[in-house]
Amino acid sequence: MQLFPCPFCGPRDETEFHYGGDAGNVRPDGADVPIERWADYLYLRGNPKGTAREIWVHMSCGEFFVMERDTVKHEVLSSTALGGEHAA
Amino acid sequence: MTRRYSALSLFKEGLAGQTGWKQAWRSPEPKPSYDAIVIGGGGHGLATAYYLAKNHGIARVAVLEKGWIGGGNTGRNTTVVRSNYYYPESVELYGLAHRLYEGLSKDLNYNVMLSQRGMVNLCHSTAEMEVGARTVNAMQINGIDAELFSPEDVRRVAPIYNFSPDARFPVFGGIWQGRAGTARHDAVAWGYARAASRLGVDIIQNCEITDFVIEGGRCRGVQTTRGAIRADRIGMAVAGHSSVLAAKAGFRLPINSYALQACVSEPVKPILDTVVLSPGTGVYVSQSDKGEIVIGGGLDRIPSYAQRGNLPTLETVIAGLLEMFPIFGQLKLMRQWAGIVDVVPDSSPIIGESPLPNLFLNCGWGTGGFKAIPAGGTLLANLLATGRHNDISRPFDLDRFASGRLIDEAAGSGIAH
Repeated sequence: MQLFPCPFCGPRDETEFHYGGDAGNVRPDGADVPIERWADYLYLRGNPKGTAREIWVHMSCGEFFVMERDTVKHEVLSSTALGGEHAA
Repeated sequence: MTRRYSALSLFKEGLAGQTGWKQAWRSPEPKPSYDAIVIGGGGHGLATAYYLAKNHGIARVAVLEKGWIGGGNTGRNTTVVRSNYYYPESVELYGLAHRLYEGLSKDLNYNVMLSQRGMVNLCHSTAEMEVGARTVNAMQINGIDAELFSPEDVRRVAPIYNFSPDARFPVFGGIWQGRAGTARHDAVAWGYARAASRLGVDIIQNCEITDFVIEGGRCRGVQTTRGAIRADRIGMAVAGHSSVLAAKAGFRLPINSYALQACVSEPVKPILDTVVLSPGTGVYVSQSDKGEIVIGGGLDRIPSYAQRGNLPTLETVIAGLLEMFPIFGQLKLMRQWAGIVDVVPDSSPIIGESPLPNLFLNCGWGTGGFKAIPAGGTLLANLLATGRHNDISRPFDLDRFASGRLIDEAAGSGIAH
């Protein structure tokens, strides 16, 4: 069992967490967004081998946060509460 | 030299002391250029090369494999072959694969040990039986063999299932496909490799792609750990590593890579002669020809490129197995492993030209690529030879994500995505 660090609750079992997608994938805004941009936002993913920046939710406390992980070694590199600037 | 495999050649070689067997496929040095390059020496890549040579007469083909052939998901799956899908597009695709599997041993002159022992997808409630009836009707209308099983029918094919009154997942019936079954996964890779090699295809192992050669906005070849190799038609069939190659080619794909685990028990006497899948536990089981109980389940829900899998998912799978078959509580697990699967939002594959012209995709099979190998190879070969889709591959183009014409087979894929 791997422990993931929740920025609010500390280290908890991996089974308490749910993957929520790429960090920085910002929803397009406005009425004239081209189809390709919508498809990009909805479906296309970086899916990196190595370091990944991902949104996770700790289902026990309900908070979303950003976790940096190595997708090969499963090592957790950082865990940060969501601020206003996370999308950058 | 014995080239053709048959009962007679086996007998003759027995008399001659087994001295005449030839290497099953050649291992040549890569040439500087080919008519077509196939990246990935798994089932789909090897089948693509074979059908390029057989169906289209294009034999100046290289299959480039970074490790050894059949060492990725082709050697890590649970060997189930079936075509019990819902949508007409999927039925065309998996139906083609299923029919080709039925003639594959003869076509390749290599015994892939296809065993059409039937498969039952269980229904655990009245509501699931209604959905099951709808699925069976759809399959029959689309020309796929399917039968709605009663609890008695399920008891007949899988008497060791947990039919006790307090079972957590009681049987209300099931969806039966009699032509489904299993095939020997290594033999599929080796059979295609041998047959392709005999038609002139170069199979080059330990040859990893480091970059694409891009000239004038088109793909003109690949840089590899064994030098540059040029071709004007390049296909990639690399499953869970599709996004890694796409990044080198300058585009992204609608794919997340996850580990999918499987495990086998020690070999035991024959006890289960069909494939049983329970949507309730998310577990499916068969018994291999060697006697091992082969166990598969859902994805590890953590994006991963680690071919090992995590313990919580394995625990869930084993708990589900014992709920279905309490008798297996005495078994010892022998091996556990994982493959990296390419999961697409609509659980259907991506077949077609990539955003980089001359580079063609065969990916996104997710948890179910093995059963589709002959079709994936046929369709990618057609794309590489003609540059155009045929009616079967057209719906699976990458453009469906912008157009919204998704083919949502989340249920057909069998296990939870």
